[in-house]
Amino acid sequence: MGEQKNAQSIEAKQYLVRFNADTKSHLHVKDEDICLTQCPDKICTIFCPAEIYKWEDIRMHVGYEGCHECGSCRIGCPHQNIRWEYPKGGHGIVFRLA
Amino acid sequence: MSEKFDAIVVGAGPAGISCAHDLAKGGANVLLIERGEYPGSKNVMGGVLYRKMMEDIIPEFYKEAPLERPIVEQRFMMMEKESALTFSYKGLEWGKEPYNNFTVLRAKFDQWFADKAVQQGAILINETVVLECIVEDGKVVGVRTDRPDGEVYADVVVLADGVNSLLAQSLGFHKEYKPNEVALATMEVLKLDKKVIEDRFNLEENQGCTIELFGDATKGIVGTGFLYTNKDTLSLGVGTLLSGLIKHKIKPYELLEYVKNHPMIRPYIQGSEPQEYLAHLIPEGGYNSMGKIVGDGVIVIGDASQLVNAIHREGSNLAMTSGRLAAETVLLAKEAGDFSERRLDHYRVKLLDGFVGQDMKKYKDSTHHFEKFPQYFEQYIPMINRAASQMFTVDGSSKWEKQKKIMKDLGSTKEKMKLARDIYRAWKVVK
Repeated sequence: MGEQKNAQSIEAKQYLVRFNADTKSHLHVKDEDICLTQCPDKICTIFCPAEIYKWEDIRMHVGYEGCHECGSCRIGCPHQNIRWEYPKGGHGIVFRLA
Repeated sequence: MSEKFDAIVVGAGPAGISCAHDLAKGGANVLLIERGEYPGSKNVMGGVLYRKMMEDIIPEFYKEAPLERPIVEQRFMMMEKESALTFSYKGLEWGKEPYNNFTVLRAKFDQWFADKAVQQGAILINETVVLECIVEDGKVVGVRTDRPDGEVYADVVVLADGVNSLLAQSLGFHKEYKPNEVALATMEVLKLDKKVIEDRFNLEENQGCTIELFGDATKGIVGTGFLYTNKDTLSLGVGTLLSGLIKHKIKPYELLEYVKNHPMIRPYIQGSEPQEYLAHLIPEGGYNSMGKIVGDGVIVIGDASQLVNAIHREGSNLAMTSGRLAAETVLLAKEAGDFSERRLDHYRVKLLDGFVGQDMKKYKDSTHHFEKFPQYFEQYIPMINRAASQMFTVDGSSKWEKQKKIMKDLGSTKEKMKLARDIYRAWKVVK
């Protein structure tokens, strides 16, 4: 069985989900500098269930379009450095099944 | 939207819909606001819906609601890497009226349930985010939405906005949760032929099975996995305290893959095809994490008020009961024309006096206990697996010898004392 069928990788899992992304992000890193200088673990890149947060050399890339709106990043950021809002009404993730 | 309602309910999940349904049924003018495209589009749960609390809202709902399977067997697997000690209860009384619980797929179920509230007269508006409560003189008098001119007023605002209740938080009802007060659950819905499901899980048509997974399913982190049977899909998921993922630096979807590939689980799901991947937080702080749930002109229900019994994987039922009691309270307040905190406190009192409050109190220290002492999941589950293997492996040694070996495997006298103490402590937090 191919990767697609097993949905092993996070990319394949995310491919199963329907998103109606807004044009602007509902997730904001409050202070970019904190990620760079005070956060060696960058643990949000690990625990985010949709791998929204990706460290790109000197800055945190936030791929909000694939967010499940679970709230983990807001609670789990060791520096409370994420401003978290709900996407605009009708936007964001659209669960079709469970 | 300058109209004034008797009540505004924020969030169309089990709590909010229950509340809106009963309010409308009781003659109140109620607005139900949902941020998703439709009710259920943002809502996630493993999948067990409890019959009793649902019937308190809609009697005999099971005759028409979109349900998956009535559960006739509940299994509990204590897992090691290549073994599991399983116990289960199967009872056919659960397979017929009035039933005990059902698996459901929420996107379908919540839409049906919300329709029922609309039929009672509730007004549902989708695709609308409530940005904040409008507070005047310390009283909540309405909500501000993300629609143009989106202010709506009501005598009471019921917050059913889920685990991420930014609204209750901004009213100062509870502080931001800590990573050890929430569990992050990921799950997949796996397509599998109906007949194959029935064969694999030893079921007849229209019977279902739930399996709760402990131990190696979460690599020893505090949490559980689950495998539930739907009609022609399986729901497989795993949830651990967010603090556990952080501490062990584990990616949640990799843990889910680990469970999917676990030799005790793989045979159940073999050949199935993933259809949807979902992540959601579960409020697991319990009674001690519940903040304020009533204020002047405002009531908090469901996940927004931390109403989850993690030990028994109950949540939607607590949500429904809280919604029902909130509706009852608002109707009484309407009759009296008094929406003060003192009057609305009826909700809190009824909630805490009933099974919801009793169960929340009973398990108030459990999450914290199992987080503080990881040995239950890390050491003791492997230990009982080794003991079972030892006892049931026929290798020529006598049963007395085997018992001796099992006792020896428990460790030194000091370690045995620790084990005895831990068993006693675990008993104390769940008794």
